Amino acid sequence: MGYPHKPHPRETLVLSEHFGDSDARTYDGWVKRGGYRALEQALGMEPQAVIDEVKASGLRGRGGAGFPAGVKWDFMPKQKSKRHYLCCNADESEPGTFKDREIMRWTPHALIEGCAIAAHAIRAEVVYVYIRGEFTEAIAVMQQALDEAYAKGVLGRKALGSGTSIDMYIHRGAGAYICGEETALMNSIEGKRGNPRIRPPFPAAVGVFGMPTTINNVETLGSVPHIMTRGAEWYKSLSLSSPKSTGTKLMSVCGHVARPGNFEITMGFPMKDLIYDLCGGMSPGRTLKAVIPGGSSVPVLDREEAENCVLDYEGCVAAGTMLGSGGMIVFDDTADMVYQMMRIAKFYAHESCAQCTQCREGTAWTVRILQKILSGRGEMQDLDLLLDVGEMMTGKTICVLSDSCAAPVGSAVQKFRGEFEAYIKGARQPAVALV
Amino acid sequence: MADQERVTLAIDGMEITVPKGTTILEAAKQAGVLIPHYCYHPGLPVAGVCRMCLVEIEGVPKLQIGCATPAAEGQTVRVNESEQAKHARQGVLEFLLINHPLDCPICDQAGECELQNYVFQEGRARTRYSPTYPKRFNPVEDFGGDVLYVPNRCILCTRCVRFMDHVAGEHVLNVSERGDRAYIGIHPQRQLDHPWAGNVVDLCPVGSLLSKDFLHKARAWELDHTPSVCTGCSQGCNVNLDTRAHSVVRVRPRPNAEVNKYFMCDHGRQTYRAMNRGDRIEAPLVAEGGALVAADWDHTLARAAQILKGSSGTAVALVSPSASTEALYLLKAVLDGFTMTAAFRVERADGEQPLAGIAGLSLRSERAPNVAGATLLGYEESFDRALEAARQAAVVVVLDEDLDGVTSDMLKGSGNLIYLGRALPDVARSARVVLPVTNVAEEDGSFVNRDGRVQRYLQAKSGPGMARPAWWILSELLAELGRGEPLGSAAEAFEILAAKERAFDGMSYGSLGLKGVRVGNGTAAEVTA
Repeated sequence: MGYPHKPHPRETLVLSEHFGDSDARTYDGWVKRGGYRALEQALGMEPQAVIDEVKASGLRGRGGAGFPAGVKWDFMPKQKSKRHYLCCNADESEPGTFKDREIMRWTPHALIEGCAIAAHAIRAEVVYVYIRGEFTEAIAVMQQALDEAYAKGVLGRKALGSGTSIDMYIHRGAGAYICGEETALMNSIEGKRGNPRIRPPFPAAVGVFGMPTTINNVETLGSVPHIMTRGAEWYKSLSLSSPKSTGTKLMSVCGHVARPGNFEITMGFPMKDLIYDLCGGMSPGRTLKAVIPGGSSVPVLDREEAENCVLDYEGCVAAGTMLGSGGMIVFDDTADMVYQMMRIAKFYAHESCAQCTQCREGTAWTVRILQKILSGRGEMQDLDLLLDVGEMMTGKTICVLSDSCAAPVGSAVQKFRGEFEAYIKGARQPAVALV
Repeated sequence: MADQERVTLAIDGMEITVPKGTTILEAAKQAGVLIPHYCYHPGLPVAGVCRMCLVEIEGVPKLQIGCATPAAEGQTVRVNESEQAKHARQGVLEFLLINHPLDCPICDQAGECELQNYVFQEGRARTRYSPTYPKRFNPVEDFGGDVLYVPNRCILCTRCVRFMDHVAGEHVLNVSERGDRAYIGIHPQRQLDHPWAGNVVDLCPVGSLLSKDFLHKARAWELDHTPSVCTGCSQGCNVNLDTRAHSVVRVRPRPNAEVNKYFMCDHGRQTYRAMNRGDRIEAPLVAEGGALVAADWDHTLARAAQILKGSSGTAVALVSPSASTEALYLLKAVLDGFTMTAAFRVERADGEQPLAGIAGLSLRSERAPNVAGATLLGYEESFDRALEAARQAAVVVVLDEDLDGVTSDMLKGSGNLIYLGRALPDVARSARVVLPVTNVAEEDGSFVNRDGRVQRYLQAKSGPGMARPAWWILSELLAELGRGEPLGSAAEAFEILAAKERAFDGMSYGSLGLKGVRVGNGTAAEVTA
């Protein structure tokens, strides 16, 4: 893969500082680089003090929803009457996203440390790290690091010699995108079919095995040790725009850019600079057409919107999309948006858990309409139908998989209507191989 | 209940007060507003997957599912008055139909199909799904037991899966595959042969799970539904008898929270067969010159009264614990004055077959509906002793007992055999009078279940020929004997019974309603034990 690339000078290296440095994977190497000091520090603090520190840092969930991590931890019952669980969501399956994989591959101890701190904060004695099954290398690295952490007394009955007991298990996913949805993930850990659960009850009340549970993304938990050692104020200062978006964000950039890969930027970094400067822009002679900034689940931006978009939670919303998981998919002028949308919709149709009617039927219907258009048999009314089907699929289901299919497709129909019409009018010939 | 917190909310302008914790869907039911739904069933855990019951709640940005959202104080909920909710329902209906074969003309569920009903009620007139698109296709599968699965009609509401998992407690069904390829799967080495599995057919809101026994027998709109009580065992599950013309074509559970919730067992579903038997006595018969000859009711009743008047001493009553409480009472009244041995016998199966998820609901080993009623009225389960007594009895009266295994020798002693029955076994040919009675589907009456619950059943079809309800025959006989007025209805018979028998004190058909009432506390405990 040739990854990792050399860091770009405009990157802010926090999570990715040791990417590519295989010595950082080992316990000793990690400790040499300052590892497990944050955990030691946290274990000496009251759990609530850890929560308050993370709250003060402004750290928000990096899995897609952007919910403040400290607030989420604060939802856990203060009077402990049952076991508490922490689940680390490492089921990174969002198309275009490949940041958690790198954190696990290169800095497994950072994740273990982050998990342990969070477990202490929410007073969970058990941590499940739910890793996407296809991430065989990441799983091997994580397992090795976990074994080492146990051997060195970081985990177990007396974590780092403290009075806190923290056990950590790696749970391997079996290949379903939906298991990255937090309640489906809990069902999957329980050995059940990975179907999202209806809320309420929320996981903090009734989570995995019916116990209070917090689920955090890998990148979120990976950021926690840095917040502990360097302080909430420092983390908060890492913001170029909205004070509501703090810290650094790993952006996974793929598609038509000269240098795809993970880039760690400070919140508020201009998307334009990320694409043209850090990623080296388009191939010679090509121009930017569109960007999906947050993994395939969010609305598409056209060139103008993308070039003016600020990369943080608020900036993306202002541009009409979402920061999501930070999996940026870049399209140049050769991209066939109709085909791209069909591929995206096909993914969701394949991965729909089949519980909710709108999602089960709507995703597959969307694919059929797009395939009909691509095959040159489309009609003008199909475009309105696509939008209406998308509307019927939005905001009405248990989880947001249905919305995630409708959002990119609907926005593409609106922003690139000409490309759809070209197929329908016969101005563009169907490419059989594409369908 | 009185100190339970209550909340008041408005649903489509109807104000309703319900206990805190009630869902919006259930509160709406009480307010008289039906929120269309598929996956929700009051007897199953909530799944919240069909997304049909989406309602608008003032102040909440997104539509919420009525089946899982609790009613809250001061809420304003809109169901039919919300364009947004209507549009959402229309969307669900359109989605549900895109992969549906639209084969209502050959579907057993047509006429009682919730998909058909709601689509007619508020669905789009035409689909926007292009006819050139393929529809999901999976072949019909025999799930075993009485259940056939037609996957193409399935809307994946998962009621069947939840019933088997959470109520029957047997994990044999699941949702297999994902996306629009999903279907209900069955364990590869198992069958849907749980004794209560037939409930999945009733639970299925569409024509996807069908009864093999009922398959293509009748269209739903041809059926009349009559409230009744299952005769399969002493549990007394409330049922509806579905009749077409003069046949009962199926038995389905009728909800009763106190007895069977929403369910009944597969054994009970088969009881309709006995109700349609053709080997029935169609006319009263009297013994003339060594043979039984048909006669009219006046003549036959007079003959029977004459036999009773001319006898004294001991009388033996051999009754069926499936006879109505009214008939059992009136028979005792008829034999008043004799030294009576009144007995029944009951078929007992090995063990019970409980429905795991519902406490107190089981296919009982006693396979008759009115054992408790007969016991309350003084009949004893001492059939053999009664047969012994019959050898010297002045009169033997048989009430609906099939006399299986009884020989004419055993009943010859008295020479005065009065037989009230549906069919005429050889041993009954020695009777002096044969009085044809109707069966449970052909008369009104009541049974007492094993918990002492007195429950009414209603006439669903007409009886064969001149057959009459046993209560009518016995009341006519009492009148003939000069000990009462002829009765006009089972209700009157029950009134007399209630006036005389302490356990039934204060009860009437009106007070029993269609859900029944338990007999007085002291007696009930006795019966339960």
